[in-house]
Amino acid sequence: MTDMLLNVTGLSAVSDREGGLPVLRDVSLSLKKGEVRGLVGESGAGKSTIAKAILSILPRTVRVTGGWINFKNRDLLAMKPQELRSIMGSEIALIPQDPQTALNPGRRIGAQLADGLRLKRGMSAKAAEARALQLLADVQIRDPDRVMASFPHQLSGGMRQRVLIAAAFAVDPELVVADEPTTALDVTVQKEILRLIRRMQEAHGTGVLFVTHDLGIVAQICDSVTLLYAGKVIEEGPVRSVLENPQHAYTRALIAAGPRYDRPDAGLEPVPEEILHALRQEIGIR
Amino acid sequence: MAEPITITAPTAPTKPPSRFKTLLTEPKVLFGGGFILLLLVIAILAPLIAPKDPLEQDLMLGSLPPAWLDGAEPGYYLGTDDLGRDVLSRLLYGSRIALFVAVSSASLAALIGTVLGLLAGWYGGWTDRIISRIVDIWMAFPPVLLSILLVAVFGSGVHSVIAAIVIIDWTRFCRVVRAETLAQAQLDYITAARTVGFPRMKILTREIFPNIVPVLIALVSLEMGIAVVVEAILSFVGLSVSSDTPTWGGMIAQGRQLIHHAWWLLVAPLAVLFATVLAFNQLGGGLRRAFDPVMRR
Repeated sequence: MTDMLLNVTGLSAVSDREGGLPVLRDVSLSLKKGEVRGLVGESGAGKSTIAKAILSILPRTVRVTGGWINFKNRDLLAMKPQELRSIMGSEIALIPQDPQTALNPGRRIGAQLADGLRLKRGMSAKAAEARALQLLADVQIRDPDRVMASFPHQLSGGMRQRVLIAAAFAVDPELVVADEPTTALDVTVQKEILRLIRRMQEAHGTGVLFVTHDLGIVAQICDSVTLLYAGKVIEEGPVRSVLENPQHAYTRALIAAGPRYDRPDAGLEPVPEEILHALRQEIGIR
Repeated sequence: MAEPITITAPTAPTKPPSRFKTLLTEPKVLFGGGFILLLLVIAILAPLIAPKDPLEQDLMLGSLPPAWLDGAEPGYYLGTDDLGRDVLSRLLYGSRIALFVAVSSASLAALIGTVLGLLAGWYGGWTDRIISRIVDIWMAFPPVLLSILLVAVFGSGVHSVIAAIVIIDWTRFCRVVRAETLAQAQLDYITAARTVGFPRMKILTREIFPNIVPVLIALVSLEMGIAVVVEAILSFVGLSVSSDTPTWGGMIAQGRQLIHHAWWLLVAPLAVLFATVLAFNQLGGGLRRAFDPVMRR
């Protein structure tokens, strides 16, 4: 158990805005060092809530009612804000969903990349700049010099996401939470970004919690997967076994629901109502 | 997963056009800004370019029509008023008061409104509640009546006019800046800065404020237009500077009484006032549009 990085145990949370509606029901998941785990589910399944809980940026309306989030055998939920701040952006980093809003539109890329290095690694302005330049080259940006001096609006969405990946890996974190990092991008760029994340993750030996709603992405990038429905873990295991030999009827239906590119006229197969009904009964939703 | 990675060339603009050039392609900015610039030069150089002394009276030359009408005297391009003072020179000198009031009151109002708006939007809670309630109450007063009341209390004079405009109009800035701050604070880069433990005040001044500046510039320009009108109103009712200093509002008040007898006395200052306010508004609207595609989507 020494190589265990993140251990979420029995995490439950309710939304106060919706009158105490449970948003997480006894969720457990674990992540080893250097492992990429997919966190999959439909909209509202609670995957982003888990990501936010780990980063301790849950909105005030969501209240954790039980469980632990152990990061390197320390419970993040019990930590003081001061301790959390020293971990966030240093040992735990985020690749955000929307590259448009994650960068300050009014500041140059170079300055923004240097921020983390100066704040978390105590680098001098000069050293941080040199490191930022190196990072941009690492994420395969061709002309890092120009990008350093650019404002975010001068870059394409894919370029911005590269910059954010560079920023996430800049501080050499042990855990990167990737919150649907390719959702805002078009499909061709998506693939490059996925490869890039995988490559950076391998190079740094980082554990990645990859939040997505796309099983195709899970198949491409993840080692293991946790599938959620209505805040409950439905199925969990290595990607191979879950995708090729799913145990739960919902997982099977979900895999079957994906578009078939080899048969474009086959149409889409939504998850059958009976399965959802049975699932809700199993979880205990009225 | 270790296969070689092929990268398509990123679709980045080769050389982004400078912010300044983008501004100049916006016709509203070009014309509005051009007119204001011209006015500024006139105000500064008024003593050099005015053909006559604006205060010099000559009753023999009273109520002369503009140069293109019958009975005009050479040298009096826009005619004279009933006391024989040169209308053009008075207009040129009048721009000094108008612009001085516009610039100083708009920037002071912007300063106060922005500071309070930033604090309200960023710190929220009681800070926000108190500031927002004050703004709500403030905005319930009718602005022109309040300004006349204020100047009556302070006593007339250009500084009272400026004070009155600032006291009334800081709320405009406060509201807009607060809303913009709230919008910016929602964005991921602010969340990120907070999570990693950037000092709150530093986030406000370094991350949020620069992104509000474009809106602020547009707002200041609009406010200057408003200030020009308010100054004219106060001059019109005789509460601005003393009557021996030429102001557009004062000229309008004077011209109104002589409208049947010498219409140009009313029309000339009205036209200048109209053009100035229009220019400020166009400039403000144009700046807002010019900044839009750049700063936001």
